[in-house]
Amino acid sequence: MKLIIAYIRPEVLPAVKCALYAHEIYSMSITNVMGAGRQKGYTELYRGLQTEVNLLKKLRLELGVPDEKVAEASEAICQSARTGHEGDGVIFVVDLISTERIRTGEPM
Amino acid sequence: MFWKRIGGPSLAAALALGLAPELFAADGAETFVSQTAGNTLWTMVAAMVVMFMQAGFTLVECGLSRAKNAVNILMKNYVDFVAGTLMFMLVGFAFMFGQSQGGFIGASGFGFSGVDPATEAGQWNYTFWFFQCVFCGTAATIVSGAVAGRTKFAAYILTSLLVSAFVYPVSGHWVWNSLNGQGTGWLENLGYVDFAGSSVVHSVGGWVALAGAIVVGPRIGKYQADGVARAIPGHNLTQTALGVFILWFAWFGFNCGSTTTADGTLGLIAVNTNLAACAGFIGAMTTIWLKTGKPDPSMSFNGVLAGLVGVTAGCFDVSPWGALIIGLMSGVLVVFSVLFIDQVLKVDDPVGAVSVHGVCGFFGTLMVGLFAAPGYGSDLTGLFYGGGVGPLVIQLLGALVVGLWAFVGGLVVFKVVKAVIGVRVRPEDEIKGLDLTEHGAEAYNGFQFFTCN
Repeated sequence: MKLIIAYIRPEVLPAVKCALYAHEIYSMSITNVMGAGRQKGYTELYRGLQTEVNLLKKLRLELGVPDEKVAEASEAICQSARTGHEGDGVIFVVDLISTERIRTGEPM
Repeated sequence: MFWKRIGGPSLAAALALGLAPELFAADGAETFVSQTAGNTLWTMVAAMVVMFMQAGFTLVECGLSRAKNAVNILMKNYVDFVAGTLMFMLVGFAFMFGQSQGGFIGASGFGFSGVDPATEAGQWNYTFWFFQCVFCGTAATIVSGAVAGRTKFAAYILTSLLVSAFVYPVSGHWVWNSLNGQGTGWLENLGYVDFAGSSVVHSVGGWVALAGAIVVGPRIGKYQADGVARAIPGHNLTQTALGVFILWFAWFGFNCGSTTTADGTLGLIAVNTNLAACAGFIGAMTTIWLKTGKPDPSMSFNGVLAGLVGVTAGCFDVSPWGALIIGLMSGVLVVFSVLFIDQVLKVDDPVGAVSVHGVCGFFGTLMVGLFAAPGYGSDLTGLFYGGGVGPLVIQLLGALVVGLWAFVGGLVVFKVVKAVIGVRVRPEDEIKGLDLTEHGAEAYNGFQFFTCN
């Protein structure tokens, strides 16, 4: 089992969820994050003072998927989250040492 | 059709007679509501509306502060009204409106002594006290915004008590003592005019706020090591926007109520007040838009308040066009003042209280000397209407004296409190937020804040 961590634009979430559901992947969690990669920040103005905002609002999507579905899930996320502009995000795939379903106590 | 069928006019007369029997005494003579009763009614309504300014200030300040300090702002706004009311009852009203000692301070009427609730005079005294009490509360609450986010709560309670007990009433005495018929203050004797309190209320609050902000010092992270100012954005501009509208509304009570008389002048005062507020908004928004390329909302809202403060001294004596111009200039002025105080003087004022109330209060007071128009209000005539420089000089003198009194008084109050219990929270508490450290409570329990400071 692998953990897929995807940082995506907030506004693509509906499309990403749809794409994952289409591949029958329903288990996921979403967190609001602030982050940046190579995308430059922007400036905000507050009472005449400029503030550099270079941590941008993104979403962190986490899914635990069986090994055989990892490529499928990654591809689905990429296709649905891509806009072609800087700031589309990244996907990390992490090896899981073990998993356990809390309700039953059994590995997933 | 219906009207004709049942014989309209005579029915109307019958209904009028039947519905209002108390207006017709047994012998058929009409009685009227007395002028005193009318004055009481109007003054009370206005005073209640002015009390609502506390809600306005609370929202404005809370919205412009960070979420981690919200509870502290709420508590400071409650405490300064409570402390102000109590001090004003015990000693403040007496100092301000009691028997005048040489035009400098009052010495009668402490804690309502000598007031007989069974007499008409006594009853008016309570009404007048209530009206003046909410004005004192307005001055006191101005200070909390300028010292927000790093001031010890206990220290703020003490400073509020001292400002309401002494600083505000004494300068108020100099200008308004005659309103209670116990003598006259020395400034008003010279012909100084401050109808609803640009200097007495707002500039006093603003200059005490400046003193407080200087003594307490800037928030951590406000100024970089090289002195460059950083923005610390407020957490909820919706609160601020609503707060300013509430203050705008309540200002009609503030300015129009200052007649303490139910008469026809109320309309002109309301017109002047409203025009100045609108012009202030336009002035500020345009200025910051041209200066930075964006119409900054909090500056624009400050502009409304700047216009209102600016017209408060002269709302009775200026023409609507005068009010418009005063408001417009106040709006432009407040933007430059905020930038100056923030970035040049390097005094951290999170809400712009010093600029809105101190600077524009001073400015508005001066403007009476220019714009007081014949035929409007009292017979004061300003420079622009051929009244000579006399009024302007008196206005300048008064504004300077009141301002100096308030600033020095504020410095003394804050330095004394600093020496006794300290005015600033510990740095680690300031970072954590005053809600948790001073009050053990969160304003937004269950919410996750995204913040870097």
